[in-house]
Amino acid sequence: MNAHTGSTVEFSDVSKSYGKQRVLHGFDLTVGPGELVSLLGPSGCGKTTALRVLAGLEDATSGAVLVNGADVSRQPTNKRDIGMVFQSYSLFPHLSAVRNVMFGLAMRRMRAREAESRALAMLELVGLGAHAERYPHQLSGGQQQRVALARALVTEPRVLLLDEPLSALDAKVREQLREEIRRIQLRLGITTVFVTHDQEEALAISDRVAVMNAGGIEQIGSPEQLYTRPATPFVARFVGQSNRVRGVARGGMVDLYGHQVPLLEHADAAGTVEVLVRPEDIELSSAGIPAVVLASSFLGSMRRTSVRLGDGTVLVVQHSVGQNPQPGESLGIGWSGRAVARSSTTETAYMRQ
Amino acid sequence: MTGAVRERPPALAPGAVGSRVIVWMIGLLFAIPLVSMAEFTLRDGDGGHSLVHWFALFDPANRASYSPIWIGLGNSLVLCIGAAAIVLLLVLPTMVLIALRFPRLRRPFEFLCLLPISIPAIVLVVGLAPVYLVIGRTIGTGIWPLSLAYGITVLPYAYRAIQANIDAVDIATLAEAARSLGAGWGTVLLRVLAPNLRTGILASLLIAVAVVLGEFTIASLLNRPNLQTALFVVNKQDPYVAVILSLLALGFAFALLLVIDRTASIGVRRGTRPPTSAEKVTP
Ligand SMILES: Nc1ncnc2c1ncn2[C@@H]1O[C@H](COP(=O)(O)OP(=O)(O)OP(=O)(O)O)[C@@H](O)[C@H]1O
Ligand SMILES: [Mg+2]
Repeated sequence: MNAHTGSTVEFSDVSKSYGKQRVLHGFDLTVGPGELVSLLGPSGCGKTTALRVLAGLEDATSGAVLVNGADVSRQPTNKRDIGMVFQSYSLFPHLSAVRNVMFGLAMRRMRAREAESRALAMLELVGLGAHAERYPHQLSGGQQQRVALARALVTEPRVLLLDEPLSALDAKVREQLREEIRRIQLRLGITTVFVTHDQEEALAISDRVAVMNAGGIEQIGSPEQLYTRPATPFVARFVGQSNRVRGVARGGMVDLYGHQVPLLEHADAAGTVEVLVRPEDIELSSAGIPAVVLASSFLGSMRRTSVRLGDGTVLVVQHSVGQNPQPGESLGIGWSGRAVARSSTTETAYMRQ
Repeated sequence: MTGAVRERPPALAPGAVGSRVIVWMIGLLFAIPLVSMAEFTLRDGDGGHSLVHWFALFDPANRASYSPIWIGLGNSLVLCIGAAAIVLLLVLPTMVLIALRFPRLRRPFEFLCLLPISIPAIVLVVGLAPVYLVIGRTIGTGIWPLSLAYGITVLPYAYRAIQANIDAVDIATLAEAARSLGAGWGTVLLRVLAPNLRTGILASLLIAVAVVLGEFTIASLLNRPNLQTALFVVNKQDPYVAVILSLLALGFAFALLLVIDRTASIGVRRGTRPPTSAEKVTP
């Protein structure tokens, strides 16, 4: 089963308005052949809208959508050769799982016998071979989304669109299914756009992540790039956890509570700035900046503790489970990391080991 | 869309005995007039009971006096088909279109559809009379144009039945899923939406048939003979036969409803039956 390898998708300056409300503006994105790109952003930022424009379920107000270099803006949805998995359960309730999967093949006028064997093979691939004759109401949520995935994939579409396919599932099933999606996507080499508002999910399975904010893309890059070199404060706050700390910048360094920490941006930052520090880049120590423990939670492989500094600033610190601070305890914190500079921002300090 | 099927009846539901009492009481309520009618048709002239009136119905000698009934029945069937066609071909696609494309029109359309229920048939006729005068001159005085008027009287009931079903099914997502899989609009309507709106469509058809078979005022005032006006005419000559025919009409409507229900469930092979507890998913 080999899908078309090498479809590219391109949004070219796409805008979309509902009446006066601008939901997308200047949206540019290119997805390479076989690549999985996630659209990550807070609720209401336009992720679903972008996907629907690509699917042809909404018309863009301006701009173009290109698949393999050809403008598909005028093509109706049923001619675009896409596979889509929706946020809500969308299986046809009156058809069994295998007939749901066969639907797209029937639309392509494939003979019933061949369609059925392909559908069964695809159900096998998503791990539901034994449930082919079940109706949607006889399947659990996760199983339904697997069938939906099989249904979207079986036609070997040029592009696979996933709109928060896992959001209705519980954490364990989610994690398992997202890995399966990634495995199948890599195996079929199908160009995929994955919408999510869960940053962990986006970082875990994507080749690249596009962080969206208010209808535009804030930054696009590999998960590592986004985490280690966020281009804007929004990205730094949205991807991973971070603490906001005030400091005084001078000459490429920022003074945080009397300790010099290198800034991401060397150039002309001067005066009071707010910087963002990851929880794992702060250490607990007996010396250092005095702090009082507010709360501490055990997260399995690590522990996260919130502390209050003398001036009332609250910081979240991530540390090993060996240390076990008690609420009310007085201790010290220190900045552990080496700062990494980033040219496009003047206020984000970000420190890595 | 997983059918959250309730296993146990809610706590306030009456117990086994209570339910039976209620069913029997309601059954009795419906049975009394039916049994009385049947008893009436079995009375012979001198206080005893016999089938004499039933045999009279099929007596060739009486054919002339009963013929209005058969004409009326034929006309009513034509009207049923007409009204059903209006519901299926006009109301249903419009409602789907509004649900999918023009959700803002829903309220105005609902108002429009429910309007006929607040207009008494007599008032409706006052408005329809001049229209049918023109229709009579141009298209002819055949019975079928009357189905347009019946389409209007049926509208509120059909609307409610279909809309309840549309609200219960996420038709927008189903339509979009089908479209993304390559289905054109016709396929979406026939192969995806219709099977899932089956209950509502059926209910609306049943109601349409029931309303049309029972309609008297409009037909009478517009001088178009249908089943009810014919029964009225015959009743004046022979009340026994009128009651027999009423009973038969009732049985006929019942049979028709059964047939519609059967055919529709054959149309959808292995359709959306409710899950039995054995088939239910263990989470
Ligand atoms: N049909 C519509 N009419 C008017 N406004 C709409 C419509 N669809 C979406 N919007 C608006 O567009 C904005 C973006 O919606 P969209 O569904 O793309 O958000 P999203 O990023 O997918 O959010 P979520 O994570 O909650 O799904 C929202 O503010 C929403 O209110
Ligand atoms: Mg969304």
